[in-house]
Amino acid sequence: MTGTHLGMPAFPEAAREAVRDGVLRANLRHATHTIRDKRARAVAELADWDRLRAAGKAVKDHTLRHLDRYLLQLEAAVTAAGGTVHWAADADEANRIVTGLVLATGEREVVKVKSMATQEIGLNEALEAAGIAAYETDLAELIVQLGHDRPSHILVPAIHRNRAEIRDIFRTEMGRWGRPAPEALGDDPRELAEAARLHLREKFLRAKVAVSGANFMVAETGTMVVLESEGNGRMCLTLPETLISVVGVEKVVPTFRDLEIFLQTLPRSSTAERMNPYTTMWTGLGPSRGADGDGPTAFHLVLLDNGRTDTLADEVGRQALRCIRCSACLNVCPVYERAGGHAYGSVYPGPIGAILSPQLRGTSSEIDASLPYASTLCGACYEVCPVAIDIPEVLLHLRERVAQGGPVTRDGIRVTLRPAHGHTAERAAMRAARLLLDHPGALRAGMRLLARARRLRPRRLPGPGRAWTDTRELPAVPAESFRDWWTRERGNPQ
Amino acid sequence: MTSRDRILARIRRAAAGGPEVDIPRDYLRVHGARTPAQTADLLAANLAEYRARVHRADEGGLVPLLARLLAARGSRQVLVPAGLPVRWTADVDATLVPDRQTSTIRELDGVDSVVTGCALAVAETGTIVLDAGPGQGRRRITLIPDHHVCVVRVPDQVVDSVPQALERLDPTRPLTWISGPSATSDIELDRVEGVHGPRALDVILLTAPGAQ
Amino acid sequence: MRVALFVTCVNDALYPRTGIAVVRLLERLGVTVDFPAAQSCCGQPQYNTGYRHEAEPLMRRTAEAFAGYPYVVTPSGSCAAMIREHYPRMGRKAAGEGRGTSLAEAADSLAPRVYELSEFLVDVLGVTDVGAYFPHTVTYHPSCHGLRALGLGDRPRRLLAAVRGLELVELPGAEECCGFGGTFAVKNPDVSAAMGADKTGSAAATGAEVLCGADNSCLAHLEGLLRRAGTPLRAVHLAEILAATEEEPLS
Repeated sequence: MTGTHLGMPAFPEAAREAVRDGVLRANLRHATHTIRDKRARAVAELADWDRLRAAGKAVKDHTLRHLDRYLLQLEAAVTAAGGTVHWAADADEANRIVTGLVLATGEREVVKVKSMATQEIGLNEALEAAGIAAYETDLAELIVQLGHDRPSHILVPAIHRNRAEIRDIFRTEMGRWGRPAPEALGDDPRELAEAARLHLREKFLRAKVAVSGANFMVAETGTMVVLESEGNGRMCLTLPETLISVVGVEKVVPTFRDLEIFLQTLPRSSTAERMNPYTTMWTGLGPSRGADGDGPTAFHLVLLDNGRTDTLADEVGRQALRCIRCSACLNVCPVYERAGGHAYGSVYPGPIGAILSPQLRGTSSEIDASLPYASTLCGACYEVCPVAIDIPEVLLHLRERVAQGGPVTRDGIRVTLRPAHGHTAERAAMRAARLLLDHPGALRAGMRLLARARRLRPRRLPGPGRAWTDTRELPAVPAESFRDWWTRERGNPQ
Repeated sequence: MTSRDRILARIRRAAAGGPEVDIPRDYLRVHGARTPAQTADLLAANLAEYRARVHRADEGGLVPLLARLLAARGSRQVLVPAGLPVRWTADVDATLVPDRQTSTIRELDGVDSVVTGCALAVAETGTIVLDAGPGQGRRRITLIPDHHVCVVRVPDQVVDSVPQALERLDPTRPLTWISGPSATSDIELDRVEGVHGPRALDVILLTAPGAQ
Repeated sequence: MRVALFVTCVNDALYPRTGIAVVRLLERLGVTVDFPAAQSCCGQPQYNTGYRHEAEPLMRRTAEAFAGYPYVVTPSGSCAAMIREHYPRMGRKAAGEGRGTSLAEAADSLAPRVYELSEFLVDVLGVTDVGAYFPHTVTYHPSCHGLRALGLGDRPRRLLAAVRGLELVELPGAEECCGFGGTFAVKNPDVSAAMGADKTGSAAATGAEVLCGADNSCLAHLEGLLRRAGTPLRAVHLAEILAATEEEPLS
């Protein structure tokens, strides 16, 4: 991944600020609670939801098991349909490929469909460095871009903004990029959407190059699939002459038929709709090779690795590659709701981000080492995941990697990680606790010692204990442990 | 070594020896049992829920209905793709603009409405699917004008479910799935209809002669 | 019927009254309760913080302590989930690391014999009315491990609903985590406290006198917040309410 987010503070520090920001808390609470109930209703409509979920999981697992074969099949199909396939091992290579393709057209601006993959690699920054302006056209991405901000949600990158903040951003910023916002722009979402429509239309009508991602790629046919709502996707995918799609290698599915699963589970999990307003499917340049004036005359597919094959190498962690980016796990996550997306220090926030970022980027930075701990393991994310990613299981697995070290694959090479820095005291404490707990005699003595000191119950503890007593009283220590009560009442236990 | 070779080699090392996975296909092909008339009703209800305006007509009623819908909107220029039955728009009081390959995007932007057929419609999700076939034209003509009127032949173009829809579609054709007018949930995760695509979608369920 | 009580280390040291309540309740229902003294901690704090290898000796100890008992009953959803869900995983991982199958065998032997208290009452003993009396307004917070890992469903609420004198009021947003999360409570104290404050806030807003739960770790966190804020709401373990009778009320 790019360095955009490196140097971020660890999750707990970043979250502290968010927790204290009342406006942000209210924005997040309102938005996530709005979507939660709707999603539950949309899912409950399908009596076979659990079977669709199991099938979706199986399709993804099967594909990952034979990913080499399906990527080659995809490449052949896309090529046969008039497209060009490129392979990018990492972010730098993907950015070089896309920048080169844009420069070769002679154009200096591109319109973009919301794409997690291009955010992940920092494509906009790379294009800008090459003198190419990249215009985000998804409404939320536009809000983020105009606000000089960072995305904080997978589906709704501007979820941290409320309507009044969005109005202010449109009023001050739109004019610098193109058509200004109407004079008397109010904060009604309809008015805001209308302002975005007018602002972006002139960009759509003149754009010659578009950049997208894709939700799915079909190996057998070479078909690319993009789900969206606003129509900005259709604008980018069908009007410009050149279309460049940057897609993670894990987005391939074997057959056109497999879409019948995901086209049912993704919209319901994502926007809580039976179906999103627009889905575009295209196969290379189409039967006419672009000669009918319907769609681009050049199509480039950039297949992106950037840590995915390393993730695939981990038996437990690889299930994160099933993710279809619906964001249901964010919307139900109580930690995300309080901490906000920025605290995760990655374009992938929330529960899925907490397991994806430390695998794609490794656990060497402070933020990445803290992400597996950014969860209470409550399991709400696993429950709603439409491809049954056991996020708590992967979080625990990654905690082990941070605390204990162990085998991991980086850049295709299997290495053994040492325990992360900063866990030395904790490791010693865990070991001491284990030794005590593994010796019932010592444990009993310890509990008696604790009972004798019970009147000393301090209101604030020093050191790491402060984290508890800053906001909470300590539990009262009883006069007698359970095992002492048992012995007194029942004699020595066997 | 190319990146292609490097990525493929990494995948082979990473996935080798993993368990084989069978894909269970025991999910439903259709949710519930319906008569064709009930399926059409479900399509209408689901389209309407996402703010499409749904109308019903037989062949005789279609002509005046189309004329009325376009007049009510005040449409002066109406785009018609090749292959759309000429009689459908016989009574339309507006300039009919054929979909020409040479027409520029800005010309399309000056058009008020577009009338098309479709490849099929999906009742369970309230979706119409266009595949650029006869009577549908290029993808951009149902995108740039602000008003789209789509005619669905009932019952032969209506399927119940997404699995049934995919079975009937040709993946090599450009496919556009449309469920209501364009919308966004990007402001406070609240749904608002009407962004870049047509803000008004009229769907006419065209009943075959003698079907009702 | 003879069962082994797995009291858990938190209850042993800090909440003996919960363990005592389980003993009284089960004995009242005609069950013979043993307390194998070799038991200690299930290893959940170590495992959940990433120290799986430190948790292994505790897993082995727990499996040995309860060997031979057809029923192991514990008043903690999270410890039951640790044994049922994570012990088998730990066993498989150890085997995968080339350290033999003995841990996996220990895990597979113990896991199916472990019951969270409300599961044991409803599924094994087949009772929902345990003859308790508790004349108070109660709201119930289903802890996440009970709710999602064990799938306790409405068992605890059915047990509470059958208690004489008890008025059960629904807790809005009940299924949402309280923010304890083991070491999460100290590693991410701000988010933890914010979640807990929302939980205690909705519990207090129900007007209940008692906030009931089936996991004392979560209750310690919530009680700590309630006390600090001076909120007049008591956190009480399910076992203590179910053990209470007119003759022996909850003290």
